[in-house]
Amino acid sequence: MSREDRLADLLDDAALCPGLNAYDAADAIRQLAARLEWLGRVRPDYARAVIAREAAMPTGLPLGAINVAIPHTDPEHVIAPAVAVATLAVPVDFASMDDPDEKLPVRVVFLLALTDKIRQLATLRSVCALIQDAGRLGRIAAVSDQAGLRAALSGEMLTSEIQGGTS
Amino acid sequence: MKRKTVLVACGTAVATSTVVAAAIEEAMQVRGIPVTLRQCKATELPSLIADADLVVSTTPVPDGLGKPVIKGLPFLTGIGKDAALDAIAAALTG
Repeated sequence: MSREDRLADLLDDAALCPGLNAYDAADAIRQLAARLEWLGRVRPDYARAVIAREAAMPTGLPLGAINVAIPHTDPEHVIAPAVAVATLAVPVDFASMDDPDEKLPVRVVFLLALTDKIRQLATLRSVCALIQDAGRLGRIAAVSDQAGLRAALSGEMLTSEIQGGTS
Repeated sequence: MKRKTVLVACGTAVATSTVVAAAIEEAMQVRGIPVTLRQCKATELPSLIADADLVVSTTPVPDGLGKPVIKGLPFLTGIGKDAALDAIAAALTG
């Protein structure tokens, strides 16, 4: 597993934002991207590239009670892999990946800064496993502080690592 | 059984199509359906479609591909995943 980045490896407390106030999807992306830029993980044009891609090929995922968005862009804008996570104080609309004309009120945003699809498959699987678990997603959406968000994300990581190890 | 080729498309070819391709590969292996997965951007589909038997895409695809297209979103959300796998298996073995 040493050559695969796990979600835990790619999270930094400085890029975990519980209860983020954002007035729209681009604002949420910009605020999270600023954290990753400060951490030296993405280039200055990353936020603009993610927002442009989101407009052309949106990443909102319709999950029912709690919708999630996973904005990302091409690896050329990324220095080192990272994942920034926000829960939104008030949901903002992202367009649906499946149907760009459909607007989804999103509560949880995973901003993905990816460089290598093979190395980051475990991370992507962890994110997918997490959003498919309504209980865990509910706990993530409900946390009010950074420690709570990290703990809620960590609970998922342990499970997904076990699953990843058998595949 | 002849090995079929599935193009798995998303916006960047690094994120969602990676998860979808891995899920399809594992599930088809379990079902004994030989399959080759190729990842691409949705915009690259027209230039790659000639060699493919099926498209699975998490984003809307260009019109007129002339091959079956199955939505990949269920592999991300988990909603309707079994039905999507059945549809893929049917398209590859039919």
